[in-house]
Amino acid sequence: MQRIFAIAMAAASLAIGILLVPEARAQTFKQVDDPAAFQAFGEKPGLVRIMDDLMINLLADPRTKSHFENSDKRRVKEQLVDQFCEILRGPCKYGGADMKKIHSGSEINREAFFALVESLQKAMDKHGVPFSAQNKLLAILAPMHRDIVNQ
Amino acid sequence: MNRSLLRIFAIACTSSIWLTLPAGLVHAQSPGYSGKLLLTGGVTQLEGSAGGGLTPWAVIGGYSTRDQIGANAFLTNVRADDYELHSGGVLIGLFDRAEISFARQDFDTKAVGGVLGLGTGFKFKQDIIGLKVRLAGDAVLDQDSWMPQIALGLQHKKNKQGAVVRALGAKDDTGTDVYLSATKLLLDKSLLLNGTLRATKANQIGILGFGGDKSDQYKTQFEGSIAWLVNRQLAVGVEWRTKPDNLGIAKEEDWYDIFIVWAPTKNVSVVLAYAQLGNIVIKDNQKATYLSVQIGF
Repeated sequence: MQRIFAIAMAAASLAIGILLVPEARAQTFKQVDDPAAFQAFGEKPGLVRIMDDLMINLLADPRTKSHFENSDKRRVKEQLVDQFCEILRGPCKYGGADMKKIHSGSEINREAFFALVESLQKAMDKHGVPFSAQNKLLAILAPMHRDIVNQ
Repeated sequence: MNRSLLRIFAIACTSSIWLTLPAGLVHAQSPGYSGKLLLTGGVTQLEGSAGGGLTPWAVIGGYSTRDQIGANAFLTNVRADDYELHSGGVLIGLFDRAEISFARQDFDTKAVGGVLGLGTGFKFKQDIIGLKVRLAGDAVLDQDSWMPQIALGLQHKKNKQGAVVRALGAKDDTGTDVYLSATKLLLDKSLLLNGTLRATKANQIGILGFGGDKSDQYKTQFEGSIAWLVNRQLAVGVEWRTKPDNLGIAKEEDWYDIFIVWAPTKNVSVVLAYAQLGNIVIKDNQKATYLSVQIGF
């Protein structure tokens, strides 16, 4: 009887462990097919420059300003660099919370989502990322609207 | 209408919009801050629906998102070897779900009108009311699936030269086209694809009436568009549109075009196309330049 109880306990803790571990582990993203895309973005230093401009654009746009003005901007930019770097098959790993959780704190509609894409397009244009490479990244980001848009 | 009346009308319209729409929605209409991405609402096609130049797409016109209302006005001039078509109209996009459109066409027969005994510069005129509903999918956002955006639409057409089109052999001066469109943006390839099936009786899209001595049945036609997005402001592409051939005395052929769309800002787009329109009434091999200007939000 005791033995059965021990096995049951072990099984239960294993089950709890399995349930908890993915929660603690960071999200992984679908990646672009084209291995040259990372270079087209200027690799990690290029992404850092793009995110600096993206944040400036987001704060200047009334559709997105309220979502970012009270955020830890440095951390948001770092996480975006890691996320985009991973999607572009660069040597990075996104370590933040999953997309749904990270956006659940604020009310985000489609207009705000599209506005962020526009701000990103402007920043990518400014740093000379070819349009076709931009679209490869956007193609991975677009379906994330399901986790990000919550209104 | 005199100026002050017009002004009162404008104020009344504006305030009724303010009263009707929720506050957030009105805010969303502030100029320059409309929701959707550049060119993703398409342009306005010849008959007033959002699409390419010749064919409707499954997209909802205007830059409205699911929380907004958008609108678009267009003027199109098609100059063929022996004819000229003017088309103009407006559309309203509702919550990225439905589209209501109105277009007026004016087809100038120029010297051909004289040859036909109608008088030089005789014009065929037609009004078109369009309705489109998005049934499923999102052409732009669902990049992780092959599912296109699908819409069902109709174009109700009223030709104003009923007696003349009947004399040419048409059975009716009124007709309704029904179409089903599927549109998909392949973003990682910067390509947009559209296919439209249209059930129609229209002769030369209705300019020569509906049905004829050869056939008075609805026929299903195919319309296709392929566009390559060059950059955020520019797209180039091809289109084709098959058409029925109902009139014994006026052979009708399929239409093709190559086009370039330029959207310098979100509110303005310009389409320039070169079209092959085939035989029209008594003139063979009509080649045309197509120029369209659109203003939208």
